[in-house]
Amino acid sequence: MSEWLENHLPKVVLAPSFIAVLIFVYGFIGWTAWVSLTRSKLLPKYEIHGFIQYERLFDSPRWDTAINNLYIFGALFIVIAMVLGLLLAILLDQKIRVEGVIRTVYLYPMALSMIVTGTAWKWILNPGLGIESMVQGWGFPNFEFDWLVNPDYAIYTIVIAAIWQSSGFVMALFLAGLRSVDGEIIKAAQVDGIPTWRIYTAIIIPSMAPIFLSAFIVLAHLAIKSFDLVIALTGGGPGYATDLPATYMYAMAFSRGDIGQAASSAMIMMLVVFAIVVPYLYSELRAKND
Amino acid sequence: MTDLSMPQTQTRSQSATGKIALRWLLYVLLGLFALYYLMPLFVMLTTSLKSLEEIRTGSLISLPREVSFDAWKTAWSGACTGIQCEGLRPYFWNSVLIAVPAVFLSTLIGALNGYVVAQWRFKGANIIFSLMLFGCFIPFQVVLLPMARLLGMMGIAGTIPGLIFVHVIYGLGFTTLFFRNYYVTIPSELTKAARVDGAGFLRIFWSIFLPLSLPIIVVTVIWQFTQIWNDFLFGVSFSQAGTQPVTVALNNIVNSTTGVKEYNVDMAAAIIAGLPTLLVYVVAGKYFIRGLTAGSVKG
Repeated sequence: MSEWLENHLPKVVLAPSFIAVLIFVYGFIGWTAWVSLTRSKLLPKYEIHGFIQYERLFDSPRWDTAINNLYIFGALFIVIAMVLGLLLAILLDQKIRVEGVIRTVYLYPMALSMIVTGTAWKWILNPGLGIESMVQGWGFPNFEFDWLVNPDYAIYTIVIAAIWQSSGFVMALFLAGLRSVDGEIIKAAQVDGIPTWRIYTAIIIPSMAPIFLSAFIVLAHLAIKSFDLVIALTGGGPGYATDLPATYMYAMAFSRGDIGQAASSAMIMMLVVFAIVVPYLYSELRAKND
Repeated sequence: MTDLSMPQTQTRSQSATGKIALRWLLYVLLGLFALYYLMPLFVMLTTSLKSLEEIRTGSLISLPREVSFDAWKTAWSGACTGIQCEGLRPYFWNSVLIAVPAVFLSTLIGALNGYVVAQWRFKGANIIFSLMLFGCFIPFQVVLLPMARLLGMMGIAGTIPGLIFVHVIYGLGFTTLFFRNYYVTIPSELTKAARVDGAGFLRIFWSIFLPLSLPIIVVTVIWQFTQIWNDFLFGVSFSQAGTQPVTVALNNIVNSTTGVKEYNVDMAAAIIAGLPTLLVYVVAGKYFIRGLTAGSVKG
């Protein structure tokens, strides 16, 4: 008996986690998928009624807003955070004397939660007392900056805060990438008299393609899951002008009592994440096994 | 690696002036960006030390004329989260009570899992690992509803043990990944030699692998602590009045609609809620970044 145990101990140790993942990840996804095909309202029902919840979802103006916001927020957040991160990494890669200190300053927002980030920016962007009144006080009484309470612009405040929180992290990724480029090639290029900007655009940046991909995956993943920041900064408002899929799902699940809608919107979120992540993970795992 | 200020084809004097000008520009740019990142923290801190009167009349970025810690006192022990007015203190301790056991358990289990996957490969171990890895990526919205029902059935809905349970379960993917990636770099001959000498599975883990693991334990603990302390989604979905973590309480204080809006209290509360993770970052930034990049590049 004890010999059997000793031989099988590795499996015995891994088994509980495996079972937990099977139930709490895959089983639960299955449950949500099933319920998304029913007419569940306040309580889940298990009779399947086809894609009725998805039809309701795509007919809903609120979901439409949430998806549009995800496009706007996702695109701006990913592009600006990557450009800013790359710029900062290149600037920091010039043998800067106090690099460690500057890096620490650029990256600390990443340690703060989205709720703290949202609270801070909510105050800074407060139309009555924040940046708007500050600039007015400088002698520009007509200056207006009311994005936080303007339904057409509120989504951009989320972009501003999210970039502040996450761009330092993109910088750290790119900086590590710059440092891993072969120094010999760069030296050779310098000896040949190739201008520095050409060295960056023709040699260094192309060789960092895998890091661009990683940064993109991480940022896209963050964008789709964005929830806390919206809750803290705008609460999804004004009205539902800044709703994202995650806040839509939460509202349906916990305040509207519409479990069918919550389940179907969660499934759409998961499909979007998987469409981005699965090809990436698959190629990563395959590369490792080769 | 490369140096922007090394134009090779210019004459010497031109290149010297240009070099100095470029260096200056570089440092000015870096300084401006540093100001951009520091500004919100500065504004939070100064606002938290001002009186409401000064906030209404003064400018966002001015220093406080009179430093007052009243807002900090209120934020810690008097601010209202809805109908209760006990400040952040009870919720801060809730977060501690959730984070400490959840970090410990998920790190321990992750270490054992990583050890098995990296050193005791059996048929199917890689598939199990891949399945766990995919679990890291799901948007948690997809498990919220069934988890809420399960916690109810287990009788731990709205309790701190319930939140610990949820954080351990959904932290396992990452902790396993961290330890697995660390342990694959240890030669498997070590395990084989120890087995020849008669050491068993647990003995090898305890006497050989664990003593080698300090760096990865630090990375994992920091990663998990930051994730769990900063969590909002699970906290707001699976808690009830009295068991909420600090992020949820902060949001309730800031967005409570009763009474006068006390911006200084909001800012003090935000700093208090952010302080533990900020402290971890300042003290152990190197490990924090290592976890961040490992956790995102590979998983």
